Amino acid sequence: MYVRPIAGLKVIDEAVGRSTEMGRPMLFIPGIMDLDQIETVAGLTVMSQIAKKAAEYDTPLEVPTARVLVMSAAREMCQAAALAAGRPETYDSDRINYITDDQFGYVAHVVGWMVREKPAACFFLGKFFAESLILAETGQSVGAIQVGGTAEAAQLPFFVAACDYALIGEELFAASAYLSGEPQQLGTVQGQDWGKFLAIGLIVIGCLLATAVSLTSDETLAAVLHALKDQILSTGGGE
Amino acid sequence: MRRTIPLLIASLTGFAMIAAFFVKPAQPLTQLVEKWFTILSAVAFLTAGTSLLLHHLKKIAAQHAGWGYSAVTLIAFLVTVGVGLLKVGVPISPQFPNHPWAGSYQEEGSAFWWLYVYVMLPITSTLFSLLAFYVASAAFRAFRAKNTEAMLLLATAFLILLGRQAGEASGDTWTLWGTVQTVLGVSSGTVKDVIMQAGQRAIMIGIALGVAATSLRILLGLDRSYLGAD
Repeated sequence: MYVRPIAGLKVIDEAVGRSTEMGRPMLFIPGIMDLDQIETVAGLTVMSQIAKKAAEYDTPLEVPTARVLVMSAAREMCQAAALAAGRPETYDSDRINYITDDQFGYVAHVVGWMVREKPAACFFLGKFFAESLILAETGQSVGAIQVGGTAEAAQLPFFVAACDYALIGEELFAASAYLSGEPQQLGTVQGQDWGKFLAIGLIVIGCLLATAVSLTSDETLAAVLHALKDQILSTGGGE
Repeated sequence: MRRTIPLLIASLTGFAMIAAFFVKPAQPLTQLVEKWFTILSAVAFLTAGTSLLLHHLKKIAAQHAGWGYSAVTLIAFLVTVGVGLLKVGVPISPQFPNHPWAGSYQEEGSAFWWLYVYVMLPITSTLFSLLAFYVASAAFRAFRAKNTEAMLLLATAFLILLGRQAGEASGDTWTLWGTVQTVLGVSSGTVKDVIMQAGQRAIMIGIALGVAATSLRILLGLDRSYLGAD
């Protein structure tokens, strides 16, 4: 099954290899929100793949979290990854910690750690807000290879500017399936692409219909346009 | 079994939430599940406090690099919890004047309030203000005209910058400067409202599809990595 390559994910092996060669740790930030956010879950599933590679190479992976439920999930996932890699002794729960729920308190801790420990690779995958640029710029200043990804449209430009690779929106959600390599999961990535084709088709049909209605004032076409725009695509209330 | 039961709970709850969105009588279920999550989060705070204490105590005991920061964190944590729980300096509540602890711990004048207003807020504001310098350094790197794409980005940024300034300044539209202002304002508006908006909407459609695909993977149990090992 062909799935288009995602540059930001191909670099994970390189990042782990670089960290191993340099003898420096890696940093993974799963965003600052809780497990009820799908971006946090998507980030954590990518983390489990990174943790597996880190366990294979015996490279430390630091995961500071801003929510305690995220910490618990991350610990479970890293332990499972170490077991899957056949290196259970590499799992160190002290590297996955709860820091604070406060946004800038968390940033202060992570930035301080980055400056002191100088990680060779930083991964920022999850839900981010104003802290995205502070984290990514600090990573840049310590010379780390960086991969950033979020579905927050307002934060994407910051990751594009400050990170070496950025997973833009949907790529974050495709990442875990892409890395797993399992046909069933890859199928959902292809499903995403088919969904996009459908969206493109609907946009083209909508544009043509709207143009035809404005040129001809045909009532049938207007009714079809109304059904498409105000009933199928509307969130309710016909607005 | 260790993964099957949580997986079943996640799948059933997830599908019930989807059903509740479309079936009106089932909508109170959403609020119920939200309450469960709030209760779980509240219980998790105990784990959070324990984890924080253990992590920093270990660092201090082992005198790891930066253990001094851990000591400051622990002191700040214990003092804040202490003054909050003991309601230190809480003003007397007008409703219950005979009960000195009846006032809210967040009341103006309490030690907890003082810590928040005079310690927490200035520190948070300082960190947030650092963002200006990070934006400047990121913009410097992003706008270096090293290839065609970077030059286009630089030109667009320059146009938006000038357009914003032109929009702010009031000028006579019949003079040359007024015409330039109008052209800049219209051009930057077009870039923002047409080109940027189209790009953002494309990203939003992709995100919506990605959310749907990821949710399905999790609810159908195709992706179980979040559950840890068996």
